[in-house]
Amino acid sequence: MDNLFVICELENGTIADISLELLTKGRKLADQLGCKQEALIIGHKLKGLEKEAFDYGADVVWLADDARLEHYTTLPYTSIAVELFRQEKPQVALLGATSYGRDLGPRVSSALSSGLTADCTALEIGEHTDKRAGKTYKNLLLQIRPAFGGNIIATIINPEHKPQMATVREGVMKMEKCKEPRSGEVKKVDVDKFVRPEDFVVNVIERHMEESGVNLKGAPVIISGGYGVGSKENFEMLYQFAELIGAEVGASRAAVDAGFAEHDRQIGQTGVTVRPKLYIACGISGQVQHIAGMQESAMVISVNNDQEAPINKIADYAILGNVEDVIPKMIKYYKENSK
Amino acid sequence: MKNFKIIVLAKQVPDTRNVGKDAMKEDGTVNRAVLPAIFNPEDLNALEQALRIKDKYPGSTVTLLTMGPPRAAEIIREGLYRGADNGYLLTDRAFAGSDTLATSYALSRAIMKIGDFDFILAGRQAIDGDTAQVGPQVAEKLGVPQVTYAEEIVDIKKNKAVVRRRLEKGVETVESVFPLLITVTGTAPACRPRNAKLIMKYKRATTISERQNVSEDYIFMYDDRPFLNLPEWNVGDIEAEPERLGLSGSPTKVKKVENVVFQAKEAKVLEADNQSIEWLMKELISNHTLG
Repeated sequence: MDNLFVICELENGTIADISLELLTKGRKLADQLGCKQEALIIGHKLKGLEKEAFDYGADVVWLADDARLEHYTTLPYTSIAVELFRQEKPQVALLGATSYGRDLGPRVSSALSSGLTADCTALEIGEHTDKRAGKTYKNLLLQIRPAFGGNIIATIINPEHKPQMATVREGVMKMEKCKEPRSGEVKKVDVDKFVRPEDFVVNVIERHMEESGVNLKGAPVIISGGYGVGSKENFEMLYQFAELIGAEVGASRAAVDAGFAEHDRQIGQTGVTVRPKLYIACGISGQVQHIAGMQESAMVISVNNDQEAPINKIADYAILGNVEDVIPKMIKYYKENSK
Repeated sequence: MKNFKIIVLAKQVPDTRNVGKDAMKEDGTVNRAVLPAIFNPEDLNALEQALRIKDKYPGSTVTLLTMGPPRAAEIIREGLYRGADNGYLLTDRAFAGSDTLATSYALSRAIMKIGDFDFILAGRQAIDGDTAQVGPQVAEKLGVPQVTYAEEIVDIKKNKAVVRRRLEKGVETVESVFPLLITVTGTAPACRPRNAKLIMKYKRATTISERQNVSEDYIFMYDDRPFLNLPEWNVGDIEAEPERLGLSGSPTKVKKVENVVFQAKEAKVLEADNQSIEWLMKELISNHTLG
């Protein structure tokens, strides 16, 4: 009763990073609320996964293990989450804002008539006073998300309905094992009790998952290009420079939309959130939606021919010039001066 | 040959993709009045998928359903110009303030009133809220399966549809029985343009509220040509429970809205000359930021 649940998503047979991020955050929220954190893992051949969930802060791990659940499909996963929540009555339930969480979350919230906030970038515990009703709610989940195309930040609450549900964007929360070794309780979900045969009317007939070679989240240095880079060919310079200094190449939404870079390189609210020690923004003007995804970088260098570009307001160094002039110079002087 | 009944859920949204400075008020809220109202982009992708089913299976019907203020009738006309057969506007002050749950309840009631369907198609998400919740919540309320993030309806077999989904890291093809709700992503083919003949046919299609302003001379048309009459439904028409609509039917509340403010820094401005860039690279190397 009244605990915090994280519905964990699997990737290649292990718990996905987004779910570990949620468990890390969920641990802190559960401590503030004075409740337990429980993880729900649905799939097949789950034995051993509980250990990882404990390491990241779960107190209880529910395993719903069944051969029919090997691949995610909406209906049986919904039945399991809905029935388990009816039984356990959690106060908070978190999912990743991935195609998994954004497919499952709304279905579950509709069945339970509980509120769901999509794509949160921060979660806090706080109180709320409804002045009209003269009522104060304590220990609510404050669900903070960009809205209106990223131009405003809204704080959403679900005062009267439980579980308070939220999906959270990948990469905005840190993923950290608990300092002390932990273990907890493993509980088996009786799948046949929760799932109905008619839940299996959708079948996955083919899956092609491409292992992305791009690791923006883990990169210490990111060279990121925007629309101002001008072309896909000019992006080649960024790749050369990145290879030289051991960096990863990122891109703004405008550059991705223009076809200069692949979608998995996109940084910003509709992309990955990064916090490298150095972020070099090339030809990026710095729209809100981009800055929100990189503002925590330790150092920002902007290369832009417009001194008034918004990116320069959060930059440590602003180089006034064209990307195609500046990057070759950076390459040259890096080569000359490193060892 | 089989034909299908298709309902397309569409929303009129402010164009949030190009929010200029004048669109933000002093208090950090958005001045919707200055933003153009458009057909939600992914709903157009959904409409295209519906029209392709109709192309392939003549005799199929495409019905638009939208909920919004009276002016949202504009997007029903937009849909008719592109090949939809008819459309319903759901409008009532009681819907104001609805979150996704209350919205999906109202839409599901309207769909029940429309009647039988084989497919409901909708955009994956709308650009004003970006939640992607209404589609799945409507499916749950109607008790039908859902396929989200669809890029193409590949095939329709006897009693199953084959749909290709575009996920973050790849593609997945699923097979589902129907009736079925499908949400379509922006990577799906763009919607066909308006058709000149259909514009001629439907340009005077209006809802009863819009017709208040139509001159007497034209009123006779709506008796002769019933297709010019765009049905408009309110809470009573869809037999919805009022407490499940609007603010009272919405579990989520907006506690606070803020403008996005970033911690401004004083950037050191460098010219793009050799000397400055060499200095910067040396600096980055010596403080171990690089190398």
